[in-house]
Amino acid sequence: MNKYNKIATLVGVWALSSSAAMAGPADDTLVLNEETEMVTRTAAPAHLSDVMDEVISGWHFRGVETRAMQADDFDNPGMIFVEQAQEAWDTADGSEGKSCASCHDGTESMAGVKAVYPKWNEAAGAVRTLEMQINDCRETRMGAEAWDYTGGTMQNMVALIASVSRGMPVNVAIDGPAQSTWEQGKELYYTRTGQLEMSCANCHEDNYGNMIRADHLSQGQINGFPVYRLKNTKLNSVHARFKGCVRDTRAETYKPGSPEFIALELYVASRGNGLSVEGPSIRN
Amino acid sequence: MRTRMTLALAFAVSAGMATAAEIPPTGVSYEDGAVAASLSGTPGNVDEGRKIVGSKKLGNCVACHAVSDLADVPFHGEIGPPLDGAADRWSEAELRGIVANAKMMFDGTMMPSFYKTEGFIRPGKAYTGKAADDTFGPLLSAQQIEDVVAYLSTLKE
Ligand code: HEC
Ligand code: HEC
Ligand code: HEC
Repeated sequence: MNKYNKIATLVGVWALSSSAAMAGPADDTLVLNEETEMVTRTAAPAHLSDVMDEVISGWHFRGVETRAMQADDFDNPGMIFVEQAQEAWDTADGSEGKSCASCHDGTESMAGVKAVYPKWNEAAGAVRTLEMQINDCRETRMGAEAWDYTGGTMQNMVALIASVSRGMPVNVAIDGPAQSTWEQGKELYYTRTGQLEMSCANCHEDNYGNMIRADHLSQGQINGFPVYRLKNTKLNSVHARFKGCVRDTRAETYKPGSPEFIALELYVASRGNGLSVEGPSIRN
Repeated sequence: MRTRMTLALAFAVSAGMATAAEIPPTGVSYEDGAVAASLSGTPGNVDEGRKIVGSKKLGNCVACHAVSDLADVPFHGEIGPPLDGAADRWSEAELRGIVANAKMMFDGTMMPSFYKTEGFIRPGKAYTGKAADDTFGPLLSAQQIEDVVAYLSTLKE
């Protein structure tokens, strides 16, 4: 019925022409502060083996200068926010008069935590993002007010906790009690939403490496979150990014912190299992 | 408004159509992905079509397609094939079908359906992220589709 013959010829010609153009991830290595070599490309985790061979950090899809900026903490504007969070870490807040440090000591105690979030929490009987866990400590252990999910104070703290895991491989669990949430996230990833009827996969699985208007499409990985964007000069949360991408399909978005975005975050994180934690990274 | 209607009607009659001048998105008939009848009943305007194809606010076709003729518009994407020579590959009816609802021609394509109003999952109110309301309409109007088709018909190699 469809014009298969025409399309076959068409696709042939098109493949030839676009492979000659700029496409694909930059061939480069990210060495953090001249000491830590980061895994920015690696074999795709088993659950992705039927759709892709390799997972690639968003770092490879950005320009030379943006890439360089992320390689050195003195050049990385995201690290200024990490310093601010360090202050919050040590500052008592709430009715219990406690700071994060009162219970968790130094921030090094958080090494390895970002790599495994979102994570199933037995007591809560649900998958928790790092933001949810932080707010749980604030509300139930400190007697303090919850921080705004995508707000600066929260994202600074997420960046601080991410920063002490940099270089460690993302390794979120997708089986056991987290499995049904993971499956919900997968379903959302492949659902074509909005008036433009596009799924995450349309852009980030089928077209990474290609230009969409002025944007060089990456795999939409979240190992680099929170990301400092040159465009808005602040740290951006995973859910704010999801919201922006869903909005761009001319769809009604989900809310940051919603069950849908929590599930989607678990699924997207699992697509980056094996990549180094990079947050806070730099993007345009 | 009145003259336009009359003109449109006159055209419809001369083109041998008994139907109303404008075919609504829900009333388009596709045959092997192609649409024979003009959607608006008024011939497309090539210059308007050129604008729509290049404009971010309208068709934004260059987000996904390169078009040599639109070299004045910055940043052409590479999601779909370059549109150069589209008129050599496709008839006017096929082009109309592709622009109105490309999924009829290319099963499962990523190309949006520009003249469709039903069957969406979580349709939004343009790019606000909010739910669609009663202002919801097709991405392009019947006449804009005709303008785009007229422009594409000039893309010969
Ligand atoms: C009164 C003690 C206390 C305070 C104060 C406290 N926490 Fe916690 N935090 C805990 C305990 C206990 C756990 C383990 C609870 C669990 O597993 O449910 C925990 C767990 C965590 C975890 C998860 C660690 C993991 O391995 O999964 C993070 C992240 C965290 N806290 C961050 C913070 C931050 C940030 C602050 C300050 C805003 C803070 N906590 C304040 C007691 C505290
Ligand atoms: C129409 C294409 C499109 C769709 C559909 C889309 N995105 Fe994106 N996304 C982009 C563009 C463009 C960027 C910025 C460039 C890049 O990193 O790809 C981006 C960036 C991202 C990033 C940041 C990556 C980084 O390294 O900083 C994440 C995460 C992301 N998208 C996730 C998603 C998810 C999840 C979905 C589905 C809910 C989705 N996107 C749907 C176009 C899209
Ligand atoms: C989100 C990306 C996207 C957008 C936006 C888009 N297209 Fe396409 N288009 C495609 C893809 C992908 C194909 C290849 C068909 C397939 O999927 O097999 C295609 C195919 C076509 C074809 C047939 C290919 C040829 O040239 O022989 C035409 C004509 C076309 N598009 C016109 C348009 C026009 C006109 C617009 C704007 C009104 C537009 N497209 C917007 C992605 C897009």
